[in-house]
Amino acid sequence: MNESTPLIRLIGLHKIYGRGGASYHALKGIDLSIHEGEFVAVMGPSGSGKSTVMNIIGCLDTPSDGQYLFRGMPVETMSRDQRALLRRHFIGFVFQGFNLLPRTTALENVELPLIYRGHPAAERRAAARAALRRVGLDNWEHHTPAELSGGQQQRVAIARAIVTGPKVLLADEPTGNLDTRTSAEIMDLITALNREHGITVLMVTHEPEMARYARRIVRFVDGRVESDRYAEPAS
Amino acid sequence: MIGNALLLSMRAIRRNLLRSMLTVLGVVIGVAAVITMVTLGNGATRSVSDQIASMGSNLLMVRPGQRMGPGAADAPKFRIADVEAIRTQIASIAAVAPVVNTAVTAVHQARNWATTVTGTSNDYFAAGNWTLASGREFTDAEQRAGKAVCILGSTVREKLFEAENPLGSEIRVKQFACEVIGLLRTKGQSAMGSDQDDVIVMPLRTVQRRLSGSLDVNLIMVSVTTPESIDAVKAQIESLLRERRRIGDSEDDNFRVMDTRQIAETLTGTTRVLTMLLGAVAAVSLLVGGIGIMNIMLVSVTERTREIGIRLAIGALEREVMLQFLVEAVVLSCLGGLIGIVLAAVASVTLAGAMQVPFLFSPSINLIAFLFSGAIGVIFGYFPALRAARLDPIEALRHE
Repeated sequence: MNESTPLIRLIGLHKIYGRGGASYHALKGIDLSIHEGEFVAVMGPSGSGKSTVMNIIGCLDTPSDGQYLFRGMPVETMSRDQRALLRRHFIGFVFQGFNLLPRTTALENVELPLIYRGHPAAERRAAARAALRRVGLDNWEHHTPAELSGGQQQRVAIARAIVTGPKVLLADEPTGNLDTRTSAEIMDLITALNREHGITVLMVTHEPEMARYARRIVRFVDGRVESDRYAEPAS
Repeated sequence: MIGNALLLSMRAIRRNLLRSMLTVLGVVIGVAAVITMVTLGNGATRSVSDQIASMGSNLLMVRPGQRMGPGAADAPKFRIADVEAIRTQIASIAAVAPVVNTAVTAVHQARNWATTVTGTSNDYFAAGNWTLASGREFTDAEQRAGKAVCILGSTVREKLFEAENPLGSEIRVKQFACEVIGLLRTKGQSAMGSDQDDVIVMPLRTVQRRLSGSLDVNLIMVSVTTPESIDAVKAQIESLLRERRRIGDSEDDNFRVMDTRQIAETLTGTTRVLTMLLGAVAAVSLLVGGIGIMNIMLVSVTERTREIGIRLAIGALEREVMLQFLVEAVVLSCLGGLIGIVLAAVASVTLAGAMQVPFLFSPSINLIAFLFSGAIGVIFGYFPALRAARLDPIEALRHE
């Protein structure tokens, strides 16, 4: 793989839900390339197809037509298990609703992806601790989600996403459930991860203030890319 | 991969400990019931065979009629002459005792007690494996004259005399007074469950004259010298009695010679069938316990849809999610099995004590019940696990 191969490349991507008269054309030919190390905000009104495209990029969904190349590998022909392995090794998810396992400590939540990767217990624990330290939660290892604030829960979720050292972080409205101050903290953390660790970040948001953290903003309207522009770095 | 599934399953079980425990309750009860039933049944079988041994070994029981129970009363009874014929004409016999049983109420002072009088000879003690605790057997003169003397079983002795020494005292049976000349050593329950010590032994003639009012003999007990000669003696008694009772070649016997081995086989056969029956009923409850597990696992899959979505998004393979839920079900049901085994041990020991049967620990039934509980986990856990694994991650993550 050379420098010019994009991490993510979508070519003429279509997504149609349902069949016949009740079908819904969610994506109408998307072409998009994202290179390693980029910080991209995906914006657009609801129903514009931005969540659909994120699901496809996250290998959770498959396109109806067109091509999706992840590091040059065609994803649209992969089996369910192959896509699961791709997620396991290269992709970290951060959700609006945090999606932590309930009644499970922060440490065990962060450990989870490493269990599926088959890391030995000691290594797993050390990596999970390091990830929690990275998001600033060193003293909250043994707290369950119910004992943490929203911002802290999102930090645990971010720690879980980065603990495997993924190529790309997919964040779906990561600040949607947080207040302004906490949102800024979370965005600072994501920005730092992008700058310091070179993790490619792809973030869906409808808030322009959050999109300002990104260096590139892709705007979706009605299943098409309406605009794709590089922003001035946030001051 | 199994190790991982085990780790994940244990964490999931721990997260919902109360529900997990309630889930396995059905299996706990099922396993405990199966093991307890079979253990008690085995104990009962053993106690039956022990009690038959206590009846006397190498013993033949000759009864009128082909079967025990209804119809037996129609067959002609024996006479004392039949007993004498057996005694004189058949070799390899240690003792022959005629037996007549009559129900009576025995009275001593203000106490009375409903019991059975057995009219017989001194040979009864040898044949029936009885020993005297004190006193003496009947004298020839007493037997010939049918004198009013008796030997008490320990139950009758307790009921009528409590702490008193009954030797030399008199008890009243029907209209006559009877001197107590001996006491039998305690023998315990019989194979049929009756109290063998609830008996008054009198000379045969005394009972025939004063109580039954006939010369009939209900039962002849024959004790054989060696176990090997049982079959030969049995055949000889049969041909002798056919001759004496004038039974034609084409007719069936109107009496029956049973040996204790046969009785033992019949009775232990019965208890074994009962054990299997109870075990089978208990096994149904184990099955119901399995359905309980499936039910809860299905609920759990629905309730944990979001969790499954998270796992899938993180990169869990379909088979890993499947395995986790399957292992959860198996761990739960095996745990239920273990708790059930402990519970069964406690229940068996307690109940065996209460029912006066020996506690026989059976490793095989414990192992079988445990493996069965594991199998139930696999069978009833499979469908919910499959359902979990097949979930669409996007839908699952959206699930509230």
